[in-house]
Amino acid sequence: MTLLAALDRLAPLLSPTATGTLNARRLSGGASLETWAFDLDDGTPLILRRRPDGAPSRETAASLAQEAALIAAAGRTGAPVPIVERVCAPEDGLGEAFVMRRLEGETLGKRIVRDAAFDTIRPGLAQRCGEVLGQIHSAPLEALPPLATSDARGELARYEEIYRQTDAQRPTFEAAFRWLEASAPVPAAPVLVHGDFRNGNLMIHPEQGLVGVLDWELAHLGDPAEDLGWICVNSWRFGQWRRPVGGFGDYKALLEGYAHTRGSEIPLARMQFWQALGTLKWGVMCLMMYSSFATGADPSIERAMIGRRVSETEIDLVRLMEIMP
Amino acid sequence: MITCPTADELRSALTLFDQDPTPPSDPRRQFLARVADNARALLDRESALGDIAQAEEQARLRDLLDLDGPIEMMNHRLCQDLKAGVISPRAPALLAHLRATAIARIAIDQPGYSGLEALLAG
Repeated sequence: MTLLAALDRLAPLLSPTATGTLNARRLSGGASLETWAFDLDDGTPLILRRRPDGAPSRETAASLAQEAALIAAAGRTGAPVPIVERVCAPEDGLGEAFVMRRLEGETLGKRIVRDAAFDTIRPGLAQRCGEVLGQIHSAPLEALPPLATSDARGELARYEEIYRQTDAQRPTFEAAFRWLEASAPVPAAPVLVHGDFRNGNLMIHPEQGLVGVLDWELAHLGDPAEDLGWICVNSWRFGQWRRPVGGFGDYKALLEGYAHTRGSEIPLARMQFWQALGTLKWGVMCLMMYSSFATGADPSIERAMIGRRVSETEIDLVRLMEIMP
Repeated sequence: MITCPTADELRSALTLFDQDPTPPSDPRRQFLARVADNARALLDRESALGDIAQAEEQARLRDLLDLDGPIEMMNHRLCQDLKAGVISPRAPALLAHLRATAIARIAIDQPGYSGLEALLAG
């Protein structure tokens, strides 16, 4: 059975007034996950997240059923997330997959930080991101699927091991590993961490602002400052480096929004530590992606060129090493 | 020595891309064509700037480590010293070297990257 036929057959289960589907189109997809947009014939806009048959799941990534459960749990905290309509069963013929409501808005950071369409909502966006993270981090842990737990030292050790495996010789990374290890904050009580809260995974509507937090694949239990620091990494500010939060806002607004919904404050220094760790992590990820070119696993020009983004994280790390206390 | 990838690796990836029979109308092909254009521009910058960047990096390493030899050997030694804690991660002389290296490297890899302006703004 083809994917389109499977979706048509599923339509009545997704909405009582639907008999089929329209406009199915693949949005993106790496080797590990496919995203499809489609509509029911009663007009309901939907998204299918699906793991292609036989594709290995990433070691640290949750299963799609888990991801759907997490989205639902995050939604119960009041955080804006897509409504999960169905976690697919084997008889649906779609393999490991779930269907969620399609949200309207923009995920491309370049447009969010620059386009006039977002001028109205941009000033309040950093505070709103803080509020939403405060909601997500309030999720009761007993209601979540089993998740890995990590803290600053755990993350550092994991990424240092990946870095060692690449055999690259990058003095800035060596210095950053030792510096961050020596300045790691005292562990906090673990919370539900989204794990990839940044431009690209945030659905922003020109009038309503942040309407959905997407892509829960990297969620885990960890330090609440991890998510706050990650959205401040310069690589997703799209040139607007003076606005540390996603290229659209400042630290103070993010932290105030967070304290407002979470009821407890995170110190700026703790968030900046995680910004630096996030910058280092992104650099190691670029090296890791380049490695798949070096080994011949993926000979594409894309994989070769990602290695030349390592220097962007090095220049950001040097700046952080210079200015941080 | 600029690695991960080297200029030769980029050139071989470009050759492979140019031989790919996928029609130009294919969306993935169009995306990769833009990446390939970026790679060609980067290689031009590396031809113009790479040798001098490397010579300056080598001179800095000589001063920093009080050692002389091929740049790969000295860079490897610096990494070992940092890993072992022989050199403190935020020692001023080290940071000066990392800063100069980062600035020279971004001029080749991504001269428009905002982190350069941020670093120079202090």
